Amino acid sequence: MNGMIQNRNVFLDKIANRLGRDRKTIVKRPEWAYHPQDEVLKNATQDELVDVLKEQCKNIHTDFVITNTAKLSDSLKEVVNRYGGGPVITWKDERFDQYGLTKLMKEEWPQDGVDLHVWNYTKKEENIEKANVANVGITISDITLAESGTAVLFSSKDKGRTVSFLPATSIIIIPKSSIVPRMTQAARIIREKVKSGEQVASCINFITGPSNSADIEMILVVGVHGPIKATYIVVEDL
Amino acid sequence: MAMKTSVEKFNDRVDKGLQDSFMRGAVSSAQERFQTRRLGAAEELGNWEEWRSHGEEIRQHVLDNLDYYLFELSENVSKRGGHVYFAQTAEEATSYIQNVVEKKNAKKIVKSKSMVTEEINLNAGLEKLGCEVIETDLGEYILQVGDHEPPSHIVVPALHKNKEQIRDVFKEKQGYKKTEKPEELALHAREKLRQEYLTADVGITGCNFAIAETGSITLVTNEGNADLVAALPKTQITVMGMERLVPTFEEMEVLVSLLTRSAVGQKLTSYITTLTGPKEGGDVDGPEEFHLVIVDNGRSDILGGEFQPILQCIRCAACVNACPVYRHVGGHSYGSIYSGPVGAVLSPLLGGYDDYKELPYASTLCGACTEACPVKIPLHELLHKHRQVIVEKEGRSPVSEKLLMKAFGLGASSPAMYKIGSKMASPVMSPFTNGNKISKGPGPLKAWTEAREFPAPNKERFRDWFKNRPKGGEQS
Ligand code: SF4
Repeated sequence: MNGMIQNRNVFLDKIANRLGRDRKTIVKRPEWAYHPQDEVLKNATQDELVDVLKEQCKNIHTDFVITNTAKLSDSLKEVVNRYGGGPVITWKDERFDQYGLTKLMKEEWPQDGVDLHVWNYTKKEENIEKANVANVGITISDITLAESGTAVLFSSKDKGRTVSFLPATSIIIIPKSSIVPRMTQAARIIREKVKSGEQVASCINFITGPSNSADIEMILVVGVHGPIKATYIVVEDL
Repeated sequence: MAMKTSVEKFNDRVDKGLQDSFMRGAVSSAQERFQTRRLGAAEELGNWEEWRSHGEEIRQHVLDNLDYYLFELSENVSKRGGHVYFAQTAEEATSYIQNVVEKKNAKKIVKSKSMVTEEINLNAGLEKLGCEVIETDLGEYILQVGDHEPPSHIVVPALHKNKEQIRDVFKEKQGYKKTEKPEELALHAREKLRQEYLTADVGITGCNFAIAETGSITLVTNEGNADLVAALPKTQITVMGMERLVPTFEEMEVLVSLLTRSAVGQKLTSYITTLTGPKEGGDVDGPEEFHLVIVDNGRSDILGGEFQPILQCIRCAACVNACPVYRHVGGHSYGSIYSGPVGAVLSPLLGGYDDYKELPYASTLCGACTEACPVKIPLHELLHKHRQVIVEKEGRSPVSEKLLMKAFGLGASSPAMYKIGSKMASPVMSPFTNGNKISKGPGPLKAWTEAREFPAPNKERFRDWFKNRPKGGEQS
């Protein structure tokens, strides 16, 4: 159902009036004179982008792990252990299965006593309670920005927003194929989807390392409201 | 807090600022760090001048077509089930929000940082209804717990407080028992605020950039507080200044890149989030109801006139961090939530010359602000224009010599202060200055200064400038 719009006409009329013209009903997005964003990491190969991402992780207090699909399960297990084990919460996402993580999630963790909650929208608020007490939240990057070290996450009913915010630590799996030079490419991918009539996700998170603040005497504190630690695990899926 | 943060006279505010030695030290070291980081980030990015020009062309295009893009934005928010309210005045905005809050029977409201809600004095309006309003940005939370102190910096609101003072605030108000270590203070706030997010009825956020094409809003933080404010309460209200929008995701991206570099020297902050409408069917987290309140509150009067460029502002505070006068007097001296050069231009426009006529004089017109601005607002020219308007159109006498000298703590009565003051104020970047231009700076400055000349903060000391200025007019 469409939402209500109130007071629009007087408000916009006043603006047009101040601008000394009638209201505009058609404006074409201009051809911009400048395009500096196209120059950044212009001809970088996928391997070079991985290197850039790895370097940038040092600036954003994020651990960087690179592995292949065969070894992903071991890597993930190890990072979760390093973070002190469960409770773990993940999205419901078929990519976990594609990356060979089903055995870890369904057999190994239960055996090891690592409590795992997979996001289940039918259980509503219970998901948020689980996320709030979770030690580790695991998500998968949809687009990854090498320059800034950013994972882009699109929300959906199976991909709760709070999985990457409420747990004490965050692990983001980064398919190597998802890495692009910078936010420019992500914005274009999103715009293409919009233009082809797809609805943009109600929440898109561009996440760059753990939460932090320098509000007290400009001293950096890592882990304020969101996760205190973060690891990216890059999977060679190409 | 309203836009006006103090009923004290300008001179008294400045005096206080000059006497607060911790604050002065904090301000100058913060400025230095911010400057270094910003320049480093700009250099690393490369083509900084082109980036600035691109930022400028985007902002100018949006302002020139503001009615069109606001129409498009509101259509697209509505299509996604969000409500849009256009508020011409602060009162209209506040009463709409009060209405929503009352209908929801809300008791607890969590907020993420928003200058425009300060500007319209929203918290007072909500507290009047008996609501508890909790600021979640760490700096703002500290100020709020400490009896609602005004912010002193756009990006670092509690810059004037040291960690011992913060510890004492938590101790006195919340029974905090740990030390003044920033980690422990932050952990305390984390634990307190986590409970608040989970139990709040309404979340209120600001908006860095709205995106017309998709009806989205963008939030930029390092703490992640805005995300929790938006994800957990059942009702979300976002308040935006009417000029804070862009055509599409592609322009949002450019402005965010400029904002995070200019504000904190980061490529991106930890959390950049675009939210579109309320949650969709099946979503568990996210608000059930979404309201976007678009605020004019004096902005349209700036449009179409000589001060229009100030509406290009993306609130990065780069100009604040570059300003030798801000460094000298501190944020509270401006008596407005908008401090520094941007505040000196904007506050008289939004709040009137009666309250803010001195602010355009709180500048040496050295131009450091203009050079720092990522969207190329000619700040020092706008300050100069203000002075002309004050004298010519408003028919007011120019701010008197005595007042000016006193205003900057440079009065004859405080020669020692004058010395310290001007020493601090003038050579902000002295190691790299050569005459009036910063030429070959080492390290991060080098590559950048090779490509362009960056005017140094005016070497001419304030007093000399003042003496030498043409009588009856201003030197620019
Ligand atoms: S005027 Fe320019 S430099 Fe100052 S806050 Fe606004 S955008 Fe940033």
